Amino acid sequence: MRGPHPHAKRGQARGAMVVLFVLMGILLVSFFRAQVVRGSTWVLQSDSNRLRVLQVPAPRGTVFDRYGLIIADNVPSHSVSLFPAPADSIRATLERLAPLLDLTDERVEALVEEARANRRSALRVTDNAPYESIAAVEERRAEFPGVFMEMRPRRRYVGGPAMGHALGYVGEVSAAELESAFFQEYERGMIVGKDGLERQYEHKLQGRKGVRYVEVDAVGRVVGSFEGQAASAAVPGQEIQLNLDLELMEYIHREFPEGMRGAVVALNVEDGGILALYSAPTFDPNDFVGGISRTLWNELNQDPSRPLFNRAVVGRYPPASTWKLATAAIGLEMGVVEPEEFMPQACFGSYTFQGVTRRCWRPQGHGHQDMAGAIAHSCNVYFYQLGLRIGLERLVDEGTRLGFGEACGVDLPRESPGVFPESLDWWQRVYNYRPFENEVMALAIGQGPNDQTPLKMAQFYLALARDGSAPRPQLLQTPGQDPETDWRLDLSPASIETLREGLRAVTAPGGTAHMSSLQHWDFIGKTGTAQGGPSQERAHAWFTGMAGPWDGEPEIVVVVLVEEGESGSAAAAPLAAKAADFHLRRKHGIPVDTIQTLGEHLRSGTPAPWARWN
Amino acid sequence: MLAGLALALSLFGIAMIYSAGVLNIPSPVTQGVWRRQLLWLLVSISAFVAIVRLKSRWIEWAAIPAYGLAVILLAATLVIGTGAGTAEGVGRWIQVGPLRFQPAEFAKLAAVLGLARLLSTRESPPQGMRDLVAPSALMGLPLVLVVLQPDLGTALAFIGILFAGLYWAGTPLLLLFLLASPGLALILSFSTPIWSAYFVALMGLIYLFRYRLYLAESVGILLVNLAAGTGANPLWGRLADYQRNRLLVFLDPGMDPRGAGWNLIQSKVAIGSGGLTGKGFTQGTQKRLDFLPEQHTDFIFSVIGEELGFLGVTVAVGLFVLLLLRVVRLAEVTPDPFAGLVLFGIFGAWLVHIFINIGMTIGLVPITGIPLPFLSYGGTFLLTCWAFAALAVRLARREA
Repeated sequence: MRGPHPHAKRGQARGAMVVLFVLMGILLVSFFRAQVVRGSTWVLQSDSNRLRVLQVPAPRGTVFDRYGLIIADNVPSHSVSLFPAPADSIRATLERLAPLLDLTDERVEALVEEARANRRSALRVTDNAPYESIAAVEERRAEFPGVFMEMRPRRRYVGGPAMGHALGYVGEVSAAELESAFFQEYERGMIVGKDGLERQYEHKLQGRKGVRYVEVDAVGRVVGSFEGQAASAAVPGQEIQLNLDLELMEYIHREFPEGMRGAVVALNVEDGGILALYSAPTFDPNDFVGGISRTLWNELNQDPSRPLFNRAVVGRYPPASTWKLATAAIGLEMGVVEPEEFMPQACFGSYTFQGVTRRCWRPQGHGHQDMAGAIAHSCNVYFYQLGLRIGLERLVDEGTRLGFGEACGVDLPRESPGVFPESLDWWQRVYNYRPFENEVMALAIGQGPNDQTPLKMAQFYLALARDGSAPRPQLLQTPGQDPETDWRLDLSPASIETLREGLRAVTAPGGTAHMSSLQHWDFIGKTGTAQGGPSQERAHAWFTGMAGPWDGEPEIVVVVLVEEGESGSAAAAPLAAKAADFHLRRKHGIPVDTIQTLGEHLRSGTPAPWARWN
Repeated sequence: MLAGLALALSLFGIAMIYSAGVLNIPSPVTQGVWRRQLLWLLVSISAFVAIVRLKSRWIEWAAIPAYGLAVILLAATLVIGTGAGTAEGVGRWIQVGPLRFQPAEFAKLAAVLGLARLLSTRESPPQGMRDLVAPSALMGLPLVLVVLQPDLGTALAFIGILFAGLYWAGTPLLLLFLLASPGLALILSFSTPIWSAYFVALMGLIYLFRYRLYLAESVGILLVNLAAGTGANPLWGRLADYQRNRLLVFLDPGMDPRGAGWNLIQSKVAIGSGGLTGKGFTQGTQKRLDFLPEQHTDFIFSVIGEELGFLGVTVAVGLFVLLLLRVVRLAEVTPDPFAGLVLFGIFGAWLVHIFINIGMTIGLVPITGIPLPFLSYGGTFLLTCWAFAALAVRLARREA
């Protein structure tokens, strides 16, 4: 072949250069567009490619008791989670994880369902994996794409079951809760207070979660450090200090009659702070941390003794004789009776008014009684007459003023209001009849339409232990901020002393609760036996009392209710005495003894030289 | 000059291959392979020196036997070929004792020489379609054998060699267009209106130049175009998804190993996030975290884009432009037709490789497993590139 003419060759070379420049120009323009013009969007995509957002849960605030003991805190726990992925690959990973983390088939299914429902967020497989499991997964990390493990704070309840009802428990926020105003700024997967103080002070305790980014590679393995960098640190929840006495609560939990249902409330007389708030049977809030098992949940809910039911603030019981003090106080307030005054009719076992005869609990009667005596012997006939003197309408009005138809407003998410007629219209509204004046006889001895929570009764006795004022019972300590006073009894110190004299006689020689008297403390109170429980044969046993140094004012109010305990003096009073003794001994630096009440001394044969016998 | 550019590109490549091995979770596939590439570079430079010392007459004589040997080796590869590295599943290599090489790479060299030999024996430039039959057949044989391996990317290089050689031989552009028309018809057949317009334009073109074509040729071209345009689509449509995928995977096994479009998306993200100046040498996150596929071979350019940014891309493309300009320049000044044709064959092969490889990293062209000359990891490939460079240098220096 003749070589092409040099001129032609130059033209062809030009053509080749044009092709070269056009093609390379196209490439450069494309790269310029991608890298310089649209670079930032690709940077974003590159970051979202490799960075995964992890929520860093804030540790919930620590809860302290009145003496600074920890009631609830957090311990580090290992959680295992999966990054979002198609359900099939989630399932495959879970199935491979199952033997290492002891996941049941059922649990795997549930998790796959959860992943399907929430495609965008990470799936938490377990919150509390044992260290060995974590190590096993870590060792074989390459086999588990998309799995990440981290340390998370885990709630720990030091008091265990003793604190169950007061503290409540935590759990993952539910879809329904997220819709409510209370959980407005919450997100799925957060651990929130579900009941008790945990719910009440949720906003204080929650803290603010942090965010951190972890770098993952193409198969979702977390690269680099296990912990990663915090983009915004978690802010721990606030610490709160309670009026509760942890050791007293544990003591009550130990001492509460085995297998019985009931409640104990103890208030600090000085400020109305709640020293103890216990309900039996109880539950261990630790079981709820990290999700309660279905079996246990069903067990708790199907148990006929209702362990999740807080009897101290939600349970309502006829106050029975313990309410006679309210009648007495109202009578004194109204000035319809003098403390030393005897009622016109002596007690011969019954009293008849407007053709209605009502009995005293003691068929042979009590004879003539003044107020202290009537309280000491719980004489119905005295209180029938006192009630009639006060009059139905006034008793109802004053009882309502003292809050017997309301809740105390304790700082717990749920509290039952008392059941008490707010006026005479109550009968009209509920039973559709105008009450006869004789209705006052039932009310005066704590019967009739009157159901109170143990907490409410404690608040009333708190007024008797103080100067008549009744601060709102509160679990949280609010230093420098006096608790609100709901109401006050308009009584002179002398009148209050009269009422306390009556209560003192109950634990004095000859009183029904003499066996519960204590060596170091002036322990006084009122027993009550309330019909109308689920079983008509077995009455609820009440004891409402207070205790303090012999030469001083009362320092603690204790209310004990034992469902179907039958006898206030036998079932309720000893526990109240022992709880008060336990608290006061520690408060005043007296060594705690296991033998406390007179009854215990007698049974154990330990001499009780301090005991009074007449 | 040419050798200097080749060396610069090779060293650039080794640096990027080193970087491609720097992963957060190191992989034995990529870690430290730069050392092997460096060894291959030394081998390649030795080969370069050796080839440059050959008498150019020998090269011309060897062209046809080399072509024959290449065809035999390609045919043998289909029978005894083995896979390797990231292309485990396909038989592209021949193992001879401890040595392993890709006959397709040698075939490119042989094809360039063979085509140059064939065209340089012509008295005058091709004037009609019949003049294109022999060159097309010469390139078509190795092309088909390579496609059967299957290695679509390398096969495309033969088309580049064919067109570049025919162009330099003085073939009228019309004939080149008509030669390319069935392929164009195949590509355009995805859209009936566009294909129809194209077909009408093609008929007009043939009518316009009716005096330069035999009737049979015109009819033949139209029929082939018609078949390519109308046959492909319904046939494609009648296939089941898995059959289509199988066909695509047959054409290019490396196409989609982790799901639809993964490679392309990750490559685009890597390049785009590189920005103007890049994330820094070895610092590319897409690469480090193993999002980039084949980052040391076919997608080495994505690493450049991510770590060195648009500036690095410009430098790399600039080096390639200088290299190709040099090849064109040598072809222009050489008085020897054979030398010119070889140089243009090299130009065609490299241009196809460079444009398709870089273009696929950013989504301009479909992903085909085709390496980037001098930069991609691969011993035989690097050796071929240097052999091309040596041929270019040797033949350009040939006395008339």
